[in-house]
Amino acid sequence: MPANYVPIFIFIAIIAVALPVTLLAAKLIRPDNPQKTKAMPYECGVDPIGDARARYTVRFYIIAILFVVFDVETIFLFPWAVQYKALGLFGLAEMLVFLAILIVGYVWVWKKGALEWI
Amino acid sequence: MPTGNLSVTTFVIASIIKIAIVLWVLLTAVAYTVWLERKVVGHIQNRWGPTRVGPFGLLQPLADGLKFIFKEDLTPPYVHKFLYILAPMLALSMSLIAICLIPFGNSVNIAGMNIPLQITDTNIALLIILGITSIAVYGVALAGWSSNSKYSLLGGLRASAQMISYEVALGLSLVGVLILCGTFSLHGIVEAQTGTWFGFIPKWNIFKGQFIAFFIYIMAAYAETNRIPFDLPEAETELVAGYHTEYSSMKFAMFFMAEYSNMVTVACLASILFLGGWTGPVFGPPILHALLPIFWFALRVLFFIFVYIWVRGTLPRFRYDQLMSFAWKFLLPLAIANVMITALVVALRS
Amino acid sequence: MLHLALFLIFGVIAVVGAINLIAQTHPINSALSLVVVMGSLAAEYLLLGAEFLGAIQVIVYAGAIMVLFVFTIMLLNAGAEEQTRGSKVAIIIGIPGMVIGSVAVAWALIRAHTGAEVPVGSLYGSAQGIGHLLFRDFLLPFEITSVLILIAIMGAVVLARRES
Repeated sequence: MPANYVPIFIFIAIIAVALPVTLLAAKLIRPDNPQKTKAMPYECGVDPIGDARARYTVRFYIIAILFVVFDVETIFLFPWAVQYKALGLFGLAEMLVFLAILIVGYVWVWKKGALEWI
Repeated sequence: MPTGNLSVTTFVIASIIKIAIVLWVLLTAVAYTVWLERKVVGHIQNRWGPTRVGPFGLLQPLADGLKFIFKEDLTPPYVHKFLYILAPMLALSMSLIAICLIPFGNSVNIAGMNIPLQITDTNIALLIILGITSIAVYGVALAGWSSNSKYSLLGGLRASAQMISYEVALGLSLVGVLILCGTFSLHGIVEAQTGTWFGFIPKWNIFKGQFIAFFIYIMAAYAETNRIPFDLPEAETELVAGYHTEYSSMKFAMFFMAEYSNMVTVACLASILFLGGWTGPVFGPPILHALLPIFWFALRVLFFIFVYIWVRGTLPRFRYDQLMSFAWKFLLPLAIANVMITALVVALRS
Repeated sequence: MLHLALFLIFGVIAVVGAINLIAQTHPINSALSLVVVMGSLAAEYLLLGAEFLGAIQVIVYAGAIMVLFVFTIMLLNAGAEEQTRGSKVAIIIGIPGMVIGSVAVAWALIRAHTGAEVPVGSLYGSAQGIGHLLFRDFLLPFEITSVLILIAIMGAVVLARRES
């Protein structure tokens, strides 16, 4: 591992110690007076009905799965982009093919209505 | 290699000193961004903003900080306790770590040692920042889930869906810059933007044809930091405070600091990637040679933060379906088109 | 020395995370353990000199695929796993089976070890190196990947979307 990663690990170590210490220090000085009403889940004063962890709409799932796919696509573009000047026209051609195939998928998803929120 | 001729101990000590300075500056910047926001938004709305604590309310951040520490902390008994405590720390640490890789200037010579003005630079700095951004989603998602409150869970889901949607556009907007600069190192990206055309137009990436990418980056960055006009996750009229509804005291302060330190990081990155980082006219004695780049850099960052606040004081909030279709149906195809156009232009020119 | 120590520490974190992933009964704890495993694997790649691969490991696995897992758990409100008689049988057969399997793999690796060592960082770890390999030598696999991604998009949408 090159030496220039070391400061990042030092930084992470400092943060990993400092943040819990801050929370603990605050715990020592602040007042602590819990009551039953204070501890209720906040719902603007109305008593909550049922558990908060219900099932939610599948839209969020579609978004997440599309994100995975397009994230992978972006990742493929990164090494290509930094090498682009070395690859020349050949690099352009191969990436155009790659993107063309993906744009087909994108258009299909759009036509299928998966990008609609409602 | 930043070690160069330094020994290991000197290297570690120099890193720790740099980390201490940068963290102090960052946290101060975060505190005064909050002050600036309250002040500017106040003036936009024809109010004064904070005036009571210190001259011009300048000590307000200090008072706020003290209040956060002395406030009672409510941990509702229904929460998933470990994740409930982990989430704010995760959010704050991820937003702080990114500052490690930001270059504030070129290097300076102190006592014969060449010290670069950044905590560290690596070959894949930009990718590390992207990785940190993608991990930051957990802070929000877990806060929403572990709180066991309907507002929190909906806010957390909305926030994380929004962050991942705009992450795609954010990543794609960087590809054009990478084509032009040919490196992931932030120092290298700034180096690639030095110099001018005709003596007065700076060779910044935004003038090299990356203005569409700049637009996409700014939009995506506003959404990633959950700021107006994309602050749906904490839309107070419908979700109270979104994913941090159940948080109070220091844990809430951590989310709050995370948001503002993300703003600072995003502003730093925007200046580095598109506006030439610390480049600018440098003149005068050696001390000015060392300080002017930092000044130019800080000026750009301040500009971005001001625009952030200005937008907050001006624009209304999007609807959630508008937000999603803006990301997937407008920014994403635009970003792909930008990549193709940049690649074509670079190929034609060479 | 420090290098080896760090490598071992992250290796231990990865293994402990993986064991915790199986031992936890609540899916969200398991998912987060898997994030820890992915993170320490990324650190291992970094220590071996494959920095690009390390970054990708974090962005794609910890930052995208695991987000999908966590999302699914949040959306479905998946509760704690229930212990059945079948899971007891799995423990009784599974743990010795795992031990035997890993001993066999270790033994095979030690037997096959020729003594030739690859110095750290000599693999194509940098982004430039990977770019060169991917877009010159392995062009066809790369282009086929795009078809694979296309199929993934279609499969995801077909599975998740209800026809109206």
